Amino acid sequence: MSGEPRGGRIVVVGASLAGLRAAETLREKGFAGELTIVGDEALPPYDRPPLSKQVLLGRVRARDVGLPRRRAVDARWRLGTPAAGLDTAGKRVLLAGGEKLPYDRLLIATGTRARPWPNPGEAALDGVLTLRTADDASRLAGLLDAGPRRVLVIGAGFTGSEIASACRERGLEVTVAERGPAPLVGALGGTLGALAAAQQRAHGVDLRCGVTVTSLRGDGGRFAGAELSDGSRVDAEVAVVALGAVRNTEWLAGSGLAAGPRGVACDAGCRAFDMYGIVTDDIFVAGDVARFPHPLFEYQMLSLEHWGNAVAQAEVAAHNMVSAGPDRRPHLAVPAFWSSQFGLNIKSVGVPTFSDQVVIVQGSPQERRLVAVYGYRGRVTAAVSVNRAKWLEHYQSLIESGAPFPPGPGAADGPGPPLSPVPSAVPDPAVLSHGPSVALTGHLPDRRLAVVHHQDG
Amino acid sequence: MQIVVDLNRCQGYAQCVFLAPEVFELHGEEALMYEPTVPADQRERVRRAVAACPVQAILSGEQAVADVR
Repeated sequence: MSGEPRGGRIVVVGASLAGLRAAETLREKGFAGELTIVGDEALPPYDRPPLSKQVLLGRVRARDVGLPRRRAVDARWRLGTPAAGLDTAGKRVLLAGGEKLPYDRLLIATGTRARPWPNPGEAALDGVLTLRTADDASRLAGLLDAGPRRVLVIGAGFTGSEIASACRERGLEVTVAERGPAPLVGALGGTLGALAAAQQRAHGVDLRCGVTVTSLRGDGGRFAGAELSDGSRVDAEVAVVALGAVRNTEWLAGSGLAAGPRGVACDAGCRAFDMYGIVTDDIFVAGDVARFPHPLFEYQMLSLEHWGNAVAQAEVAAHNMVSAGPDRRPHLAVPAFWSSQFGLNIKSVGVPTFSDQVVIVQGSPQERRLVAVYGYRGRVTAAVSVNRAKWLEHYQSLIESGAPFPPGPGAADGPGPPLSPVPSAVPDPAVLSHGPSVALTGHLPDRRLAVVHHQDG
Repeated sequence: MQIVVDLNRCQGYAQCVFLAPEVFELHGEEALMYEPTVPADQRERVRRAVAACPVQAILSGEQAVADVR
């Protein structure tokens, strides 16, 4: 490590949840040096989960979702200024304006952005938008306020499903087009996907599964409708593109780090790997942009787009940035996330996509309340509750202890037929899917490596 | 005053909903919705809600970057 652990210059690139919590933790752990936080958005750090819920329902304004701070961070904030490059040999971050920020240690927390509609001309139509930022949410809430005759949601992952839910709650007609066999399949597999499909239809969503949107039609520059792959057409006034996220790693091209479309690879202590798989000791990674090995999931490299992971990983990264080797900690938190949609509160622990079977251990889809436990090769790897959050904690302990799957009796909430696991029907991790909130990338190299030597001028 | 609730931790005990119903509400059976920017006349109620949460899932504080320089 260069310089004193608690002194020197630290640059944090990324001013959202992970960047903020890392900066706070750095100060809490005694970092007394110079701290600079770089963010591409002009707004102070804000919370994204309310954007697809309270904000779309019109209960909270998009500009009122600012995050509370845990403590003062005494930092220089460079907001509205994207990072454009990284010189690892010269230890400098290049900003979009051309300025160079020198660092002794660097934290990469640049997160993700919404995957744009692939056709730029169609994406530019008035009424076509994505939902990731507060500005996006403000625009979409405004369009919904105007009372469009129909909203088309493209993609039924968590974000798309929450948007559709908000639209129905506001009394708006919604068509949802999903490439997979059901909503949420990319993250939760077939059993809960079937429940989500039934729930969407019960709430009046025009749900079309197994189709893709082939083109968006405009009328005088305004979005007017879409063509689907089954030959049908949908007339709508608003189209929300909810095709998942793209990791913000382009600024690291040529940096020599192991950075690509699936994130920036790092070790269990959040230290970035370079492109040869050699760990760095001055560059750390946290949040949605990180891919890290997790021992509970066979050391596969996981990329998690989860609120809780951003917080936990930022805390570990910051701790390790100001600690000498033996005092460093691994990031071992069990992944967890939530979603609320169509009257269902869905909570997940573990990694549901890391599974081959699933079994409903409590409740039932008919009751709209249940716990589903996922297993991989005879071991419990995840659990998902629907409207029964209090039941979930028990299953987290089964995941942490590698308990056998299916879980033994005693977990069921009443006498009944023996548990019968079924295939979990999650997408093959080798197949890229637009919707998963977890990317398992352990055995899949992103790209061919090229050896590049930089001569710094 | 801003708040954020760790909804991984929240189990829907709804103590906050009883103590500060203008800021917190249950949406459906157990999904918590809240106003991240606390109105001035609700701060005392929210402080009580923060203290009463059985799983300590609510964080309150000044807006981040209040110390921007």
